[in-house]
Amino acid sequence: MGAQLRVYKRRIRSVTATKKITKAMEMIAASRVVKAQRKVTASTPYATELTRAVTAVATGANDKHPLTTEAESPVRAAVLLLTSDRGLAGAFNANAIKGAEKLTEKLQGEGKEVDTYIVGRRGIAHYNFRERKIAAEWTGFTDAPEYSDAKQIAAPLIEAIEKDTAEGGVDELHIVYTEFVSMMTQEAVGSRLLPLSLDQVAEEAGTQDGIRPLYDFEPSAEDVLDALLPRYVESRIYNALLQSAASKHAATRRAMKSATDNAGDLITSLTRLANAARQAEITQEISEIVGGSAALADANAGSD
Amino acid sequence: MAAELHVELVAADRSVWSGEATLVVARTTSGDIGVMPGHQPLLGVLESGPVTIRTSGGETIVAAVHGGFVSFADNKLSLLAEIVELADEIDVKRAERALDRAKSEADAAAERRADVRLRAVAAH
Repeated sequence: MGAQLRVYKRRIRSVTATKKITKAMEMIAASRVVKAQRKVTASTPYATELTRAVTAVATGANDKHPLTTEAESPVRAAVLLLTSDRGLAGAFNANAIKGAEKLTEKLQGEGKEVDTYIVGRRGIAHYNFRERKIAAEWTGFTDAPEYSDAKQIAAPLIEAIEKDTAEGGVDELHIVYTEFVSMMTQEAVGSRLLPLSLDQVAEEAGTQDGIRPLYDFEPSAEDVLDALLPRYVESRIYNALLQSAASKHAATRRAMKSATDNAGDLITSLTRLANAARQAEITQEISEIVGGSAALADANAGSD
Repeated sequence: MAAELHVELVAADRSVWSGEATLVVARTTSGDIGVMPGHQPLLGVLESGPVTIRTSGGETIVAAVHGGFVSFADNKLSLLAEIVELADEIDVKRAERALDRAKSEADAAAERRADVRLRAVAAH
């Protein structure tokens, strides 16, 4: 076998092995998307009921709660960025980080300081490399988040928002995550969690129209709101974590699918090249033999 | 036919039970409360404790609820909690073990959780 042909054969073998791996990763990601989507669906009833309850109290109670009223001159905002622990997901993490940076810039443009909270190793690595300050970070559960993870994230955020800004507290809480629109489309979105804008909540609950019932609060409206809002934040963070996980798996699936397709194309073109090389080798051998025998015939003819 | 109300018993990560009922008894921070069809709109904070649902079929369903909320409007009652366990799902032996362990470690929260589970099973 000629040297050229051997090189092609070796490359084909290596690309075939890579293709097998990416194909397996694609299938694993596809099954995980379905699982993650199911979790999103399972968590929806709780989120809907909670949103409805928040709307009911916040519109029913007249008093001003720190979590529903906007500060007159907000000085500091918290941004929670959700990325993934692992890469190989195309532009998934890059988009989320870009979204957070855009939001941070916008907030700083409005004259607010920004505290960044990050979930996922990719985002943390990005910020650490640029030596930016991270207020708090979490890792280890981005592939399959549980409700307890959301609780763990929400605790310091709620604490920060309840604290006075002079003592390092924040006035606003924003969240940047990747919304799972469909298998093919995922979008990095930034939204404000706190202070709560009631119109937005009502819109989500689908109760914008119609008369809301006059509730009887047990034990009192303030107590109910006090207990309700942290749960609401937790549930929103949980939902964002689940959507982000589903999006990550979908992005991985897509990235691995195009890797598999590319490997297939590469194998096709390499096979063509290998065939051409083999053909060239044969042609060369034939012409060598023909040339050799012609030279021999000439030599014989000369000696006669 | 007696009047009915629709009940949704929802945990953070799943819908636990839903159906028609004639009476629901839950424990709020200011005491036990019973809700029957036609109750006035209500929103309350739940204590961890057992919730009893009398279904329109005459059955009784008991669930251990760890914190959460109860809301009632338009003859629709929602019970929301981070953790909800139906009495049928509770492993008594495990709950007893958890209770012993919590007592020996003086973990008040864990003791309370195990206690609520056992009471839910007992009421079943």
